[in-house]
Amino acid sequence: MLDLKGYGWMLRDGLEMTLTVGFSALGVAVVMGLLGAWGKLSSSPVARGLAGTYTTVIRGVPELILILIVYYGTPTLIQSIASSFGHEIIIDVNRFIAGIGTIGFIYGAFATEVFRGAVLAVPKGQLEAAQAYGMSRPQIVRRILLPQVLRFALPGLGNVWMVLIKATALISVIQLPELVRNAQIAAGSTRQPFTFFFATALIFLAITTVSMIIQHRLEAWSNRGIQRG
Amino acid sequence: MDFQVIIDSMPSLLEGMVLTIQITFLSLVIGFAMAIPLALMRVSKNPLLWMPAYGYIFFFRGTPLLVQLFLIYFGGGQFREQLEMLGLWVFFREAYFCAVFSLALNTAGYTAEILRGAIGAVPTGEIEAAKACGMHGQLLYRRIVLPKAFRLAIQAYSNEVVFLFQATSLVSIITLMDLTGYARVIVARTFDIYEIYITAALLYLCVTYGILYVFKKVEHRWSAHLRQRDTDDVDEAAITASMH
Repeated sequence: MLDLKGYGWMLRDGLEMTLTVGFSALGVAVVMGLLGAWGKLSSSPVARGLAGTYTTVIRGVPELILILIVYYGTPTLIQSIASSFGHEIIIDVNRFIAGIGTIGFIYGAFATEVFRGAVLAVPKGQLEAAQAYGMSRPQIVRRILLPQVLRFALPGLGNVWMVLIKATALISVIQLPELVRNAQIAAGSTRQPFTFFFATALIFLAITTVSMIIQHRLEAWSNRGIQRG
Repeated sequence: MDFQVIIDSMPSLLEGMVLTIQITFLSLVIGFAMAIPLALMRVSKNPLLWMPAYGYIFFFRGTPLLVQLFLIYFGGGQFREQLEMLGLWVFFREAYFCAVFSLALNTAGYTAEILRGAIGAVPTGEIEAAKACGMHGQLLYRRIVLPKAFRLAIQAYSNEVVFLFQATSLVSIITLMDLTGYARVIVARTFDIYEIYITAALLYLCVTYGILYVFKKVEHRWSAHLRQRDTDDVDEAAITASMH
């Protein structure tokens, strides 16, 4: 077993922070993804253009650069806007919020593609049938579209989660005390970097394994009542 | 926006981009060379072969690249004496070596998984036909299974290449001066956060879509024999030409 020299609690605290950031960022990503998919499938060229730019830019730029832009860039932007109006303010971006926001925003682009595919997978005839029954648009979305979209999107969202939770390691660069950051501190104090980074790797493997099991169960649950050929 | 800053920092950023591309290319070549035997081990029925491959792929796909990088770069120091005894310490104290090593190990895991899927997707009929022609073992893999698998895998592999190219930005954390490394140093000196980071982002964006474009061309070429010939177009063109 790994000898953590009494620094095990740092990894435990880090795990808690990693999971908190991971779940919150997943929430942000799902909201961004639904908005993005709505934009991509919209008939308005402006909405389509915005959603298209969003996914194109996010796919093409490294996460680290995006984190640096959001964390260091946003306060400067707000301050320079404020000073152009004659106000001098100093803004300190909360690391926790910046981390969740950036990771959620990045993986929202991946969730966009997942939701777009899921919406397109709903048979058109069902939507037409619902219309023929006289359902209003919100009714069709709530009763016919969304329940099926969630089912079709589950495998894709599971993949987004697996990549997202690993990406939370990157926010250690803005010194948020998550797993990797805490492992760095513990490694520095004990001079045993391999031990601590290996323990961190094992914790991530555990998260991945548990996520895979939960994803499997969720998919089985959401496919109940669906006949398999 | 201060455009002068962007123009002034462009040579440094481009110098960083050279290192970024160099690291990407080296890791890809090494990673791909490792991925082929790994994928073949993974599809084997012998547990002594598939179990280590499974463990390798599971570890490298299940943990963050940043942790793998730290494990090799910082973690290597914990075994300094052993590494010195083996004469390997000269490598492990170099950030450049550690960066390429961990990126190559990482992409090998992902690429092996992509190849495994592609090998499984090779139609049984083609394998049966090859066997009926008397091919088996190495010959069957070299002539039929692997070429077909590469063609099936190229789309997923292009995503992996883009992923690795962007992931190289992490090497700036272990002091290497790649594109992100130069951008961070320039920002620390000039405080032009937006100008520099957005320029760096645009440079990454251009190369990413450049990579995707090249892969699209390669895929198009590799599937030439599967495309339907546009005979009608040819005939029409011939007729129009003869009319003049």
